Amino acid sequence: MDNQTLINADNISLEIDQRQILNNISLQINAEQIVTLIGPNGAGKTSLVKIALGLIKPTTGSVETKKGLRIGYMPQRLHIDQSMPVSVERFLKLAVNANNSEINNALGEVGADSLHHSQLFSLSGGELQRVLLARALIQEPQLLVLDEPAQGVDVNGQAELYRLISDIRNRHQCGILLVSHDLHLVMSATDEVICLNQHVCCHGHPEQVSNDPAYLELFGKKDAETLAVYTHHHNHSHDLAGGIVDKEGKSRSDHDG
Amino acid sequence: MMADFILRALIAGLLVAAIAGPLGCFVVWRRMSYFGDTLAHSALFGVAIGLLLDVSLELTVVLACLVLAVLLVLMENRRELSSDTILGILAHSSLALGLVIISFTDNQVNLMAYLFGDLLTVSSNNLIWIGAVVILVLGILIANWNKLLTITLHEELAKVEGLNVTRVRLLLMLLIALIVAASMKVVGILLITSMLIIPPACARRFSRTPESMATLASIIGCISVCGGISASWFWDTPPGPSIVVTASLLFLVTRFGGLRKTA
Repeated sequence: MDNQTLINADNISLEIDQRQILNNISLQINAEQIVTLIGPNGAGKTSLVKIALGLIKPTTGSVETKKGLRIGYMPQRLHIDQSMPVSVERFLKLAVNANNSEINNALGEVGADSLHHSQLFSLSGGELQRVLLARALIQEPQLLVLDEPAQGVDVNGQAELYRLISDIRNRHQCGILLVSHDLHLVMSATDEVICLNQHVCCHGHPEQVSNDPAYLELFGKKDAETLAVYTHHHNHSHDLAGGIVDKEGKSRSDHDG
Repeated sequence: MMADFILRALIAGLLVAAIAGPLGCFVVWRRMSYFGDTLAHSALFGVAIGLLLDVSLELTVVLACLVLAVLLVLMENRRELSSDTILGILAHSSLALGLVIISFTDNQVNLMAYLFGDLLTVSSNNLIWIGAVVILVLGILIANWNKLLTITLHEELAKVEGLNVTRVRLLLMLLIALIVAASMKVVGILLITSMLIIPPACARRFSRTPESMATLASIIGCISVCGGISASWFWDTPPGPSIVVTASLLFLVTRFGGLRKTA
């Protein structure tokens, strides 16, 4: 493992109750590199992230981590029980005994200054995601791990969030492992895409992957590409404004050209 | 002027209420009330063993609660049965086993005293024991306060940030086990959980930080103890249940007050 490698996962397989969740997956994240895991629900994306983080042990395979690696982790959801009164500021302070100016900086960076004194349980999905991102940043991470950061965020917010993530990489010079269930939104920000469905279907640069037969089969069976976008947004169909389809069309034609 | 036994009862009650507030907050935040109940039931098993072996009941009750807490942490990772079911099995089988074992001992045992507390017969020795446990638990609780908050907010986040989550969780369970054992004399096995959850539930709506909720829960618990012992003094009601009734009334008042405010 050379100096630039943050995490190297080798031939990972995971089996739970005799069900194969992950099959022989290798994953490497280098400094300042954005790696995106995409795949349908149940593809094992979160399991792979948890293995990389050392939260669960793989059935076979090994994970090597750079010595003393500081990881900022943004979990898929944070369920805050209403019975617990805790402010955003306090939540951030708990991270690494951060001081006030560190907290202000982190909240400012994710565009959440106004949430300083809000109660954690009262935040909207998007606000909570920003606060979680701020907490991950406070650790001055060398690696940011973001599990479906755009979940529960409306479409405008999603584009903004991904822009923010790409800014963060440039500013903090950290590696990023990103989990997403759609490619087009993260496309511009990503260096390497791994398309996952229990095994690695395909991987490479985003443009490469979006034209890969395995990717198209996984996401675009209905043959039209726009339809693939649609099936993809199934969970959020109520959020889907016309704007996003235009955007998608534009970015596609860029790649075709 | 005031009879010694009432003074001892009051001190014992206040000590337990003061620590049950902050500890109970974690029971409420982490939805562990059934866990508290299970520990309390296993306390009777501890009593039975103590009577059988003719050794200190305090010791066997603490041991029974601690063993059960460790057992639960170990069983938590097996997923065939929900933790709800496992808790139910452990709670009732330990209670039943305790009752069966007690029937074999020669002593004439006043079961009611264990089930509903026996606050008015608290001895100086009991008081020393309760005081020692409360100080120990308070010290550990303060020293680990931020860690406990962190694992309560998100266990995996805490783990990635380098906290030994299993150890902190076990610590919390052991603290609850100690307090359950210490408060058996005060409110009794069947009512212990209420001292852990009612005061924090009252305190919730007036709190904006975890610390204020914990402090307020302590105060509400202490008011309940004073109220319950007064009722017992003036109307000769059983003190343990009277404390719990007072706490429940306070809960109703705080809820009712809130309804009027929002209306």
